[in-house]
Amino acid sequence: MKKICQNQVDIELRMLMEAVYLKYNYDFRDYAGASQKRRVLAAMREMDCTTVSALQERVMHEPGAFDQLLQYLTISVTEMFRDPEFYLGVRHLVVPFLKTYPSLKIWVAGCSTGEEVYSMTILLKEEGLLERCLIYATDINPESLEAARRGVFALGRMRLYTENYQKAGGSRAFSDYYTAAYGGALFDRALVRNVTFADHSLATDNVFSETHFISCRNVMIYFNRRLQDRVLGLFHESLCHRGFLGLGSKESIDFSSYANRFEHLAKRERLFRKVGS
Amino acid sequence: MNHHAAVAQALAGRRIEALVIGGSAGGVDALLTLVPALPACFSLPVVCILHLPADRESRLAQLLGYRAALPVREAADKQPIVAGTVYLATPGYHLSVERDRSFSLSCEPPVHFARPAIDVLMESSADAYGDGLAGILLTGANHDGAAGMERIRQCGGLTVVQDPRDAQVPVMPQHAIRRCAPHLVLPLAEIGALLPLLEKP
Repeated sequence: MKKICQNQVDIELRMLMEAVYLKYNYDFRDYAGASQKRRVLAAMREMDCTTVSALQERVMHEPGAFDQLLQYLTISVTEMFRDPEFYLGVRHLVVPFLKTYPSLKIWVAGCSTGEEVYSMTILLKEEGLLERCLIYATDINPESLEAARRGVFALGRMRLYTENYQKAGGSRAFSDYYTAAYGGALFDRALVRNVTFADHSLATDNVFSETHFISCRNVMIYFNRRLQDRVLGLFHESLCHRGFLGLGSKESIDFSSYANRFEHLAKRERLFRKVGS
Repeated sequence: MNHHAAVAQALAGRRIEALVIGGSAGGVDALLTLVPALPACFSLPVVCILHLPADRESRLAQLLGYRAALPVREAADKQPIVAGTVYLATPGYHLSVERDRSFSLSCEPPVHFARPAIDVLMESSADAYGDGLAGILLTGANHDGAAGMERIRQCGGLTVVQDPRDAQVPVMPQHAIRRCAPHLVLPLAEIGALLPLLEKP
C-alpha cells in the first residue's frame, strides 16, 4: 500500500515537471530526483498544498505561484571563493595558459547569485587578466541573476569570504573590493564591467560562444546522468582547442560518456582540460 | 528480553538489498566496531553516514579501509551503488540515493544543522529500496535520523536502533525510538552480530 503511495508521488512529480516545461519552458525533467522531491515537498509545505497535484494546479493557473516554486526548484546555496584550493589551482595552473591569449572568453555557468562570478573576477584582476576578458555569467533564475548583477552580499559572510580569499592565494585586503553599508557589502562595479549576466538554460539552450575557460561548480550535481551528458557536450563544444573546465570539489565526469573527452589538469581541484582532437 | 527471538521475528520473510548506517557523536567508534566485523564475502552495499567536520573525511575512510575486509569508498556523485562495498558520506554535502540506485550529492542547506543529514540519506534510500532496505541508527546527540528511520519503516524496511543505554550519547537513539518504534533495539555488539544475518534470504 505504502509502495503505491510512493509511486504516486513520483507520478505527480513527473507531471508537475512536464507541466512546468510546457507552460513556462523551464526544463527540470532531468534533474536528480531525490533532492528535487525534497525541494518540491518543502515548496508544498510553504505554499499550503497537501499534494503535488494541488501545487501543480496553482502553478498552472497563477504565474506568481510558479515564480515562488522556481525558487525551490533552483538551488542558490553558494559562497565566495568556496573550496579555496580550486581558486588556488586556477591561479597556478590555468592562469599561466590564459595569459598567452590576447583576449579571453570565460563562462561561469549556473552562476546563481553571483558569488562565484565576483570571486573569479577578483582573481582575474589580480592576475592582470580582467581587462582582456569577456565573462558570461548565466543562470536560469531571474531573481538570482538580479542579485548577481547587484553584487551586494551579506556583511556577516565577509569574515568567511576573507578567509577563503586568503586561502585562495589572495594577497590584498579583501575589504578593498567592497563598500560596507546597512549590513551589506557592495562589490566594486569595475569588477563586473566586462561581465554579461544572461538567462541561459543548460537543459534547453545551446552554445552561444567559443570560450577558453568554463567554471560550472556544484551545478551538475543537481542533474541526472542524461542531463550531465548534455551539459558536458555543450561545454566540450564551447571550449576552444585545449580549453579549461572547472567543476565543484566533489563532482566527477567519471560516470559520464564524456569521461575521455577531458583530461585531469589537477584532480583534487577538479580542473580539467579538453583533450586535443 | 530474548534478542535472538526478536531478531528471528524481525528478519522473517525479509530480503534485504541494502544497508544504511547513521550516527553522530560517538559514531566513529561505533562504525569502527561494526564495519571491520563484516566478512569479506558480505554481499550487500553498506552506506555509512556520520556528522563529521569536513577535514576529517579522508581519515575515516582510511581508518575503516585499513581494518575492513570490504572495500571502503567515499560515495561519489552519480556513482552506481555496487554490492559488497562500504560507502561513506562526504562531509559538507547531502548524500541521496536515486531511484536507479546511484548516489547524488547536493549542497542544499543543512538539515538539523547537519550536512550530510541522516534524514536526507535515509528518506531517499527508503524510496529507492522500499522494503529491501535496512536502516541502523547509532549513538548521537541530535534529532537527525528519526524522520529517516520513520520513512524506512513506512516503506516496509527493517529499522534497528542502538540501545540508548549502550550508546555513547543516547539522544539520537531515544528520539528515533519515540518517533518510529523500531523493529529492533539492540546494543552495539548485538547489531554487529545481526549484520551477517541480513544477507541471508
